[in-house]
Amino acid sequence: MKKSTLSDPFKEARESKGFGEMDDQNDPVVMVLGHKDVRKCAHNWKTFQSGGDEVGRIVVPSEVHIRNTRQIPFEVDPPEHKSYRDLVEPWFKRPLEANYQAKLTQIINNVVDEALNKGTLEVVEEFALKLQSRALTLLLNIPFEESDLWISWGTHVFRSEDTALDGDKANILYDYIDAQIDKAIENPGNDLYSVLLASEINGKKLTKEEVKGVLILTFAGGRDTVINAVTNAIAYFADHPKSLQRLRDEPEILNTAIEELIRYFSPLTQMGRVVTENTHVCEHAIKAQSRISMCWASANRDERVFENANDVVLDRKVNPHVAFGFGTHNCLGATHARQIMKILLTTLAEKVGTMEIIKCKENIEDLDEFKRKVGFDSIHVTFNKL
Amino acid sequence: MAKITFITSDNETIVAEGTTGNVMELAVKNKVKGIDGDCGGVCSCATCHVHVNEAFWGAVGAPSELESDMLEFDDNVSDYSRLACQLQVNEVPDGLILKVAK
Repeated sequence: MKKSTLSDPFKEARESKGFGEMDDQNDPVVMVLGHKDVRKCAHNWKTFQSGGDEVGRIVVPSEVHIRNTRQIPFEVDPPEHKSYRDLVEPWFKRPLEANYQAKLTQIINNVVDEALNKGTLEVVEEFALKLQSRALTLLLNIPFEESDLWISWGTHVFRSEDTALDGDKANILYDYIDAQIDKAIENPGNDLYSVLLASEINGKKLTKEEVKGVLILTFAGGRDTVINAVTNAIAYFADHPKSLQRLRDEPEILNTAIEELIRYFSPLTQMGRVVTENTHVCEHAIKAQSRISMCWASANRDERVFENANDVVLDRKVNPHVAFGFGTHNCLGATHARQIMKILLTTLAEKVGTMEIIKCKENIEDLDEFKRKVGFDSIHVTFNKL
Repeated sequence: MAKITFITSDNETIVAEGTTGNVMELAVKNKVKGIDGDCGGVCSCATCHVHVNEAFWGAVGAPSELESDMLEFDDNVSDYSRLACQLQVNEVPDGLILKVAK
């Protein structure tokens, strides 16, 4: 098996019963595994809610004990959800603008050039984290230099070596955002903080707490996910030099290649919901007030939808993956993430001849019944110029 | 060369002409409001949902199973719903009229 391979640990459970079970800090989760069931649950926001009273409970692992601020619009249900989403959506579509793409290209060019000049480097810390942090300054529209601080936080803002969640570490981020909001109040600019602070919903100004909710979502949702997507992309093309050559020969497959890699990587394994009424999923009784999760990573390997689901088919034309979620709460940062992947793949094809994985340590998520590789804790790669 | 008319939800009419690619790409190129094509045309986002004018339905044809599953969960779905990314410009009838769902 190649080092870049991400196997599908859910296959047997998905095909035999359709769900899995995991305990999560004594708050069990029924994991929905099949593509159709996952989409059905994501669509049914009334029975499977995001906006309940217990803030942080829909995240797996649960953040109930480390977070009191509601992430917005992510932890709000319709109809209120729509006002928030409509407010932030145009900002998060800015990556479609030529000016944004030009700046993002500069950032990614520099990261790739640094790698080529250095030769061998640890990709998670020295490539993916840098790229993600620098790109985030564009999404927030703040000075590039701010990324140095975020890079210094390391890859895990919420995690320590030995625990999945670390309240003290999370507070570093929350305190930082509080301070940035205060700065924006004193000295407003054209950044996301200031724009949100000046925004209104139904004639009422957004509160500091609401602004903080959008920013926590932006920081948390786009960190590990982007880092995993970038790192896995490097590992994949290191293992498959012919695929990199194919991008050079057939640039027209770029879009299908991006969507296929995102399907295959599924950087976010799952997302939870709180059940509002007694119901059934895959003929399994689910009680009100319990939790389910929609396992995007499993749905994206469902053979009933994806032929040769465990293969990366760079020109897969019909690819209804759910790697960015599905329905009301689909990923707000998807436009930014897709642009990162587009420019990264283009830049690699332009500049990099081959890459070689020297050594790596896999990042395996422990989901009780399942162990899923989601990426790497570390991976040393040699970059060779084209 | 196919001539395609898009009617947006606020009743703006845009006539676009193309020879290659899919109908979503043509709509995005012509800045048709309500057609975003977020996923670039792989049938994964449903942000290119259109209603085919009834007169053209026979020539355009019904969606595939995967496309149909995608449409099942979308708002404003009708008997004439299609995803524009799954329609090829060089395969649709000339003069086609599409109403944007969003």
